[in-house]
Amino acid sequence: MTSNAFSVARIARLTVLSLGALLFLAPYIFMVSTAGKPQSEIFSSSLSLIPQQWSYVENFTKALSRVSMTTLLFNGVIVCALIFVIQIVVAIPCAYAMAKLKFRAARTMMVLVMLGLLVPIHATALPIYVAFDKLSVLNTYTALVAPFSISVFAIFLFLQFFRAMPDDLIHAARLDGMSEAGIVARVIVPNAWPAITAFAIFSVVAHWNDLFWPLIVVTNQDYATPPLGLLYFRAAESGDDYGALMAATLIITLPLVTAFLLAQKRFVEGITMTGLKG
Amino acid sequence: MVSVSTLETAIAAPEIREARIAWLLALPAIVLLFLFILLPTAAVIVLGFTDFELGYSNWRFVGFENYAELFTDRTFRRSLWNTAVYTAIVTPVSIVLALAIAMLIEAETKGKALFRTVYFLPVASLLVAMATVWQFLFHPTIGPINTFLALFGIAGPNWLGASGTVLYGLSIIGTWQSVGFNMVLFLAGLTAIPRELYAAAEVDGAKTWFDRFRLVTWPMLGPTTLFVTTISIINAVKVFETVKTLTEGGPNKASEVLLFTIYQEGFVYLRVGYASAMTVVFLAILVVLMFLQYRVLDRKVHYA
Amino acid sequence: MSVLSLRGITKSYGGNVILKSVGLEAEAGEFIALVGPSGCGKSTLLRIVAGLDHGDTGEIVIGGRDVARMAAADRNVAMVFQSYALYPHLTAGQNIAVPLAMRRLTAMQRLPGIGNFLPGQRQIRTDIQRQVKEMALALKIDHLLDRKPGQMSGGQRQRVALARAMVRRPAVFLMDEPLSNLDANLRVHARGEIVDLHRRAGVPTLYVTHDQSEALSMADRVAVMIGGNLLQLATPKEIYDNPSHIEVARFLGQPKINVLETRIDVAGLVRFGDLVLLANRGQVSDASVKLAIRPEFVRFNPASARRLSARVERMEFLGSEVIVHARLDAIGEVMTSKATPAEAAAWTIGQPVDVEIMPERTMLFDQQGVRLLAEPVAAAAALEKIDG
Repeated sequence: MTSNAFSVARIARLTVLSLGALLFLAPYIFMVSTAGKPQSEIFSSSLSLIPQQWSYVENFTKALSRVSMTTLLFNGVIVCALIFVIQIVVAIPCAYAMAKLKFRAARTMMVLVMLGLLVPIHATALPIYVAFDKLSVLNTYTALVAPFSISVFAIFLFLQFFRAMPDDLIHAARLDGMSEAGIVARVIVPNAWPAITAFAIFSVVAHWNDLFWPLIVVTNQDYATPPLGLLYFRAAESGDDYGALMAATLIITLPLVTAFLLAQKRFVEGITMTGLKG
Repeated sequence: MVSVSTLETAIAAPEIREARIAWLLALPAIVLLFLFILLPTAAVIVLGFTDFELGYSNWRFVGFENYAELFTDRTFRRSLWNTAVYTAIVTPVSIVLALAIAMLIEAETKGKALFRTVYFLPVASLLVAMATVWQFLFHPTIGPINTFLALFGIAGPNWLGASGTVLYGLSIIGTWQSVGFNMVLFLAGLTAIPRELYAAAEVDGAKTWFDRFRLVTWPMLGPTTLFVTTISIINAVKVFETVKTLTEGGPNKASEVLLFTIYQEGFVYLRVGYASAMTVVFLAILVVLMFLQYRVLDRKVHYA
Repeated sequence: MSVLSLRGITKSYGGNVILKSVGLEAEAGEFIALVGPSGCGKSTLLRIVAGLDHGDTGEIVIGGRDVARMAAADRNVAMVFQSYALYPHLTAGQNIAVPLAMRRLTAMQRLPGIGNFLPGQRQIRTDIQRQVKEMALALKIDHLLDRKPGQMSGGQRQRVALARAMVRRPAVFLMDEPLSNLDANLRVHARGEIVDLHRRAGVPTLYVTHDQSEALSMADRVAVMIGGNLLQLATPKEIYDNPSHIEVARFLGQPKINVLETRIDVAGLVRFGDLVLLANRGQVSDASVKLAIRPEFVRFNPASARRLSARVERMEFLGSEVIVHARLDAIGEVMTSKATPAEAAAWTIGQPVDVEIMPERTMLFDQQGVRLLAEPVAAAAALEKIDG
C-alpha cells in the first residue's frame, strides 16, 4: 500500500502524465530540431527529429544577421527592469500608507485600486496613445515604460501582505526613532521580499511577453522589444525559411525559459501567490 | 480652557502628522493612477461619443452614432462571435485539463516538480515566439501535425489557413499556453485541503476515488475553481498575440477577435472615436465578468 | 470477550521504526486511553486501526473479523479527528448524515439531481434524517443542524464531530486528541461529556491523547506508549501507583517523579539516607539502579542531625499545594516534594532541611528501566544482616 510501490494505478498515472508532458514539450522539441535543419530537409516533411545535415550555424547566423538580437534582448531587459523598479518604488509606499497609517483617503484609495484592477492596458491604450502622439514621445523608452509605472495590482498585493504584518513591528520601529520613510525602507521592504520576488516574476513575465503595447507605440526597430522584434523578423522573412525562424524563436525564448528553469520553484510560487491574490 | 485646548492639539497633532505623511507616501501612486488609469478610462468613454480620428484636427460629438454603427458592423459582430467561440473552447478545456493534471501530479510522490515544470513551461515562454513554432507545427504540408496524421491516412486540414479550422487552431495554442497557469493555481488549492478531511471521508465510507472527489476535493476547490474560471475567461477574451502574429484576423475575418479589431480600427486606421466605443464594450464585458464572480463568490463558495 | 484486539503491529517509515510490535485487547464497552509524548507512535497506531495507514505486520481483529487488509470504509470504525475534519461546505446536519448516506445509498442514488428520482431512496433519506435528528438531540446540538462549521464555535464543532462519529453505531470508536483544540475550561467540561456519551453508547473506544490528566481521568485503562513501544496497559490507579517501567513513571504524574541514581550491593540492598531497601529474589546485585519516589511521598522536615540533608532551592505556590524543590547536599541532585501551604510556610529559600522518603512508596528500576521488586527493611535489621 505504500505509495512508492509501482501499483497499477501509479503506472497508469505516470503514463498519462508522461504522454501529456511529451505533448506539451512537443513545440520545444520541434523548435530545437527544426532550428538545426537545412531548408531542404524541413520541406521533406519527415517526423525525424535529429537533423541529417546539421545546419545550426547557418540558421543561427541568418537569425542573428536579419534583426539585431542583442538590441532586442537589451531593450527587453531595460524596459522590464525600468517598469519593475518604478512599480515597486511607487506601489510600496502607497500600500504601506494604506495598510498601516491612518488617513481619510485610504477608503477612497481602496475603491480606486479595485476599479483600477478591472482596467487592463487594452482599455486605456487609445487615449494614452493619442496623448503620447501629441507629446511626440512615441518610439521612446518613456512610451514603453510610462503607462506601466503604476500597477494597481502591485498596490493590492503589497497591501494584503502589509496588512498581515504585525502592527507591533512598526510600533517598535517608531519607538526606536525611525521616520516613516525609514520604516518603509528598513523594516517593511526587508520583510516583504517574498511578495517582492513574487511580484517581480509576475511583472517581468507579463512585460517581457507583451506585444500589444510595444506594437502600438514603437515603429522604430531600435526600440523594439523581443516579441515585436520577432514580428519584424517574420515580416522580413517573407518565405518559409523555418530553419532561421526557429533559430530566432529559440534565441528569443531562451532568456526567460532559462531563468524559469533555474528558479522554477520561485517562479511557480510567485505566479501562484500573485495569481491567488489577484 | 486654554490648557484643555492645548491638550487637544497635542493629541491631534500626531494624527495630522501621520495623515500628512500618509498622503506624501501615497501621492506618486495617486498621481499616476489618475494619469494612466482613471483619466484614460474616462477619456475612452468620452471618445466613444466622438468621431475623433488621429490626423484630423476637427472632431465633434456624435452621441451614440458609434454604438449604432457597431451594431451593424459585420466585422465587429464577427469579432465578438469569434471571441466568444474561442473563449467557450479555451476556458473549459484548459480548466478541466489543468484540474486533471494537477490532481495526477498531487497524487504523485516523486517527479512532482519535474511534471510541474514541464506543464508550466509554456507560461514562461514568449507567446509570440511559441506561436511561430505552432505555426510550423500546423503547417498544412510540412508541419509535423499533419505529417503525423498522414501516418494514419488522415489528410490534416490547413489549420490556420482555412476559415473553418483557424479558430480551433488558435484555441489549441491558447489552451496549451494557459493550462500550466491554471494548474499551479489548482495545485495550490489542492495542497491547502486539510489531509484530515480525506481521512474523515474514508472513515465515513467514501470508498472510491470518485466519492472522495465529490465529498472533499471538488467542494474544497470551489473558490479556486471560480477564480481560475474568471481569470481564464478574462484571459481568453483578451486573446491578441497569436492572432496578430499568425493570422491577422484572417482568413476572411474567420479569426477576427475583439482586441485585434480594436487594434486595427484604432491604431492602424486611426479611427480613435470608433475604436473607443469598441473598447467600452470590451470593458463592459470585463466588468460584468468580475461582477458575476463576486456574486457567485458571496453566495456559493464562501464557507467561513 | 475482546471486541478489538491488536497483535504484533509494527510500522516503519524508511528505516524509522514508528511502532515495535504493539498489541492490546479492548473489552466490550471499554474506554482505553493511548497516552504518550509526541512522536511515540500513538496516532500512527490509531490511524492503522482506522485503516488510514497500514502496518507492516500485525493483526487487527474487530468484532471477530480480521480487518488488517480492509479499507477504512469497510471496517465499521468511527473516528473523531483533532481538527474535527468537518466538511466545511456542508451544514452540521449534512455532516452528520454523510456516514449514513455513504453506507445506505448507492453511488447512483447519491448523485445530485438524478439521485432524487431513483426508487427507494426517499424512504432511506427520511430514515437518515430521523437518525440525524435523534443524534443531534442526544448531543444537544439540534439547534445547530442548519449551520455550517464556519458559523460554529470550537465546542459546537467538536460536538458535531462526535455526532458524526456516533450516528452509525460503529464497532469501535477512535478519537485522536479530540479536545486539544478547545480552551482549557471547555476541555475539562468536555471530558465528562465524552465519558458520559461513551457509557451510554457502550462502544469500545480508543482515545489518543498526550495529556496525562485526560488519560487518567477518563479511561478505564491507560496504555502508555513511548518510542514505539506500548510499555504498560493498566487501570489509571495501577499505572500511577505501580508503573512497570521508569519511562511510565516519569511520564505520568505532575510534578515529575523523583529519580535518583544509586547502587544495589552484593547483598541486594539499596541504601539511601536512612532508607534501606531489599530488592527481593536477588534479581540484580552489585549494579547501578534507579530509585524513584513521587513528590507526594517525599517530606521535608526541619533540619536535624539525620543523614539526608538538603537545601530549599525553589518553591512554586499553586494555591492548594506548594511544590518545594531542594538540593541534596550529598549528591547535588534536586528532590521535589508536594507540601501543604501550611507546611511550606515554614521554609525559606536556602534553608537546610531533612528529606524524608516514605519507604513503602519507593520504587526501584534497573538500568534498562525495568521495575525491580523491592521492599523496605528496617535500618537496624539491614545492618545486622550485613554485619552478620
